[in-house]
Amino acid sequence: MEFDPVLLSRIQFALNISFHILFPTITIGLAYFLLFFRIRFTQTGDPHWEFIYAFWVKIFALTFALGVVTGIVMSFQFGTNWPGFMEKAGNIAGPLLGYEVLTAFFLEASFLGIMLFGKSRVSNRLHLISTAVVALGTTLSAFWILSLNSWMQTPAGIVIENGEMIATSWMEVIFNPSFPYRFAHMMVACLITATFLVAGVSAWRVIRKVDGPATKKVLNVAIITAAILTPTQVFLGDLHGLNTFEHQPAKVAAMEGVWNTQKGAPLTLFGIIDEEARETRYAIKIPKVASIILTHDPEGEVPGLNDFIGEHPPVAPVFWSFRIMVGLGFIMLLVSWLALWQLWRKKELGPLMLRGLFAMTFSGWVAVLAGWYVTEIGRQPWIVSGVITVAEVVADHPAGLVLTSLIAYAVVYAFLLVSYIGAVFYLSSKPAKSLTALHDYDLPSEPVQQSGSPLGGAA
Amino acid sequence: MMETALPLIFVSVMGLSLLLYVILDGYDLGVGILLPLAEDHEKDIMVASIGPFWDANETWIVMGIGVLLIAFPTAHGIVLTKLYLPVTIMLFGLILRGVAFDFRVKAGDDKKAMWNRFFFIGSLVASMAQGWMLGSYITGLTGSLTNTIFSVLIAFCLPALYVVLGSTWLLIKTEGELFEKAVGWARRSVLPMSIGLFLVSIATPLVSEVIASRWFQLPNAIGLLPIPVSSAIALILLVSLLRRDLEQLRTMNPWHLFMCPVIICLMAALGLAYSIFPDIIIGQLTIWDAAANSASLQFVLYGVLIALPCIIAYTIFIYRVFAGKATALSYD
Ligand code: HDD
Ligand code: HEM
Ligand code: HEM
Repeated sequence: MEFDPVLLSRIQFALNISFHILFPTITIGLAYFLLFFRIRFTQTGDPHWEFIYAFWVKIFALTFALGVVTGIVMSFQFGTNWPGFMEKAGNIAGPLLGYEVLTAFFLEASFLGIMLFGKSRVSNRLHLISTAVVALGTTLSAFWILSLNSWMQTPAGIVIENGEMIATSWMEVIFNPSFPYRFAHMMVACLITATFLVAGVSAWRVIRKVDGPATKKVLNVAIITAAILTPTQVFLGDLHGLNTFEHQPAKVAAMEGVWNTQKGAPLTLFGIIDEEARETRYAIKIPKVASIILTHDPEGEVPGLNDFIGEHPPVAPVFWSFRIMVGLGFIMLLVSWLALWQLWRKKELGPLMLRGLFAMTFSGWVAVLAGWYVTEIGRQPWIVSGVITVAEVVADHPAGLVLTSLIAYAVVYAFLLVSYIGAVFYLSSKPAKSLTALHDYDLPSEPVQQSGSPLGGAA
Repeated sequence: MMETALPLIFVSVMGLSLLLYVILDGYDLGVGILLPLAEDHEKDIMVASIGPFWDANETWIVMGIGVLLIAFPTAHGIVLTKLYLPVTIMLFGLILRGVAFDFRVKAGDDKKAMWNRFFFIGSLVASMAQGWMLGSYITGLTGSLTNTIFSVLIAFCLPALYVVLGSTWLLIKTEGELFEKAVGWARRSVLPMSIGLFLVSIATPLVSEVIASRWFQLPNAIGLLPIPVSSAIALILLVSLLRRDLEQLRTMNPWHLFMCPVIICLMAALGLAYSIFPDIIIGQLTIWDAAANSASLQFVLYGVLIALPCIIAYTIFIYRVFAGKATALSYD
């Protein structure tokens, strides 16, 4: 069988970055939770906050380690799989990546040591500062890498001289048109992912009666956070879509499954994309809504895919990924508001709600990946929109070599993913150690001590 | 003016990052290679001795590769395409050891032995792959038979250097029985390291005529003498310090021992730099041919000038916070 090295390189890159992004989303979001727990402890002196911190910082450290090692793979991927990209766009991409290393990676990696292991070696104040610095570092990292990615989506601030890209304004490069929207949407996505992780794991601990008041406290924090963030994300997503409509209309046409340019375009909820016949079959549509969302005018014109023949992305993956993300966004909204309502009316979550939250522990991951697939597949066939195509930049490794490394990555990642989820639930199955120090504490009569996780994480 | 100076500045920053990487990640990879030789409770201390540092240590390779990418994009493409296989193998090693570090204490006691093994295997594989990369790089990235043999040779020598770094690091960080073991490990690893260094030093000029002509011509040879002489002094010093009995070793400042392999690394780096300069890919591409657009480099230079001193300052600060002997890792 013949394999196309370009395709294999793309699959390998997609696999690596998809695996990498799982962990940054959690570390970026969780860092702010940990900071919040530390601040509450410093303010109130309530030991529960200390226990909560002690528990979550372990999961944070584990996630961080996975983020670092998969990130190191990423930093080599540009060279091993896309050398042409760096030769053509290196003048822009290089500096942005460089600033990420200089301002973010060293900061987070260095102060992480104090945050994790330095509590007894430095003052509480310095420890608090270190925690804040780590949170800042992860955010800066997202800032630079998203700036680069946004620039690839909506390039600005450059001229091309003798086939070489030259920056005319770094401000325009960094704050390119889609960057503010992407940065805001992604930061909130990270916080939401961490929130549902915290809520899901805590719900599981409540169901299993692993420990009491501290877990309930953090569960409440998570629910209130989720109830605030989910509508914010829907709002930001809408703004983001409007921006994309302005700069990458072909991507929006694929997201909406619109083939022919039309005025008063309907919103397609579901349908079967037929790329051969260039139509969306069995579509369930709401009249005029797409025009209203995108142009704020019921008769507004929405360009269709047929205007971009040969220059638009594959439609089905973009169409479906978009529906998964938006669908999950609304489910998260619903669940968090129901939970808030229960808390408010009954002061406690019912068993069904706890199970629901547990089921959604990793829902953020699914939404984040779906969102990135919309963004990245939607950019095809360009690697830098309108400037360089993907096919121009791939490395010419023998297909067999790429296939072998691809399979090896897939195997290792599958193993690590199972181990990670297994370890999260293993850690969650043990009461926080320091809890036993608190005498008036209502510990369960038998400590729960089995290592299996409900997801079969027996790695 | 800037056109000539910028590539020079960036190649120095890259060299510095890679040197720091070899020294810093070298000691923690070395500790990983030594792990199977210790008892279970000692393993925890060994891991604790690198716990707060390993992540920042690894960041130096990201920085080194990053500078290569920023400043010499063409060379970056060529090097990483040619080294696809060893780089990929190294990445697998780094993945395994990086995660094993956390999983060994978080995935449950029944799995600790497995993750300890992964920690060792990952460290060893990553070190050997780095040796292989270094070997191919020095031989101009061409795959002839002698060059391949040479790369394999270095693949076996670099781990020995890392083990010397690792065991002398443990002298700083441990006490009691583990300290004694570390002395033994250091004593035993000096010889393979020296053989490796010696072989590399004579093999490099043999494999590459360009390098030979630079070293063995008068008057260059005299001007260069300080490099091999300092390495030899550092090596002799290391051996004679390690010969002392345990009591003496316990009372002396262990940093003196650690500094010996550090000086050897520094001298090796200077020697290598002299051999290769001004090429970035030996015999093919000079740093000026490969350099990125000056405007881009200038933009990054501001960042380097401000950030690098800060990074070095807070790195020193972190080492001071965690100074002294390591105790088992604890989040308290
Ligand atoms: C929105 C956030 C985000 C995105 C899109 C990416 N990363 Fe990342 N990356 C992070 C957010 C992050 C982080 C939060 O800063 C990490 C995760 C956990 C960690 O330790 O730092 C990290 C770690 C991390 C590291 C290790 C840093 C260290 O040594 O501490 C490298 C080298 C990269 N990443 C490189 C990349 C590259 C080349 C990417 C794109 C192609 C990329 N990351 C996408
Ligand atoms: C973090 C979340 C991300 C995910 C899940 C993601 C996902 C993907 C996917 C699925 C592809 C393959 C698209 C295809 O070939 O059809 C891709 C390609 C690519 N992405 Fe991303 N991406 C992410 C972030 C980034 C960032 C931050 C950058 C750069 C700074 C980036 C740069 C690229 C490049 C260079 C390609 C290869 C060319 C291409 O196939 O388009 N990606 N990504
Ligand atoms: C229901 C409300 C939502 C809407 C309307 C929405 C809208 C969008 C749009 C239009 C894009 C593509 C932008 C582009 O490619 O130019 C996008 C991307 C993305 N979405 Fe959403 N989204 C919603 C909910 C969510 C949720 C709940 C999450 C995760 C928790 C999420 C995570 C992402 C991510 C990670 C990306 C890729 C990065 C980016 O381009 O910002 N979204 N979203």
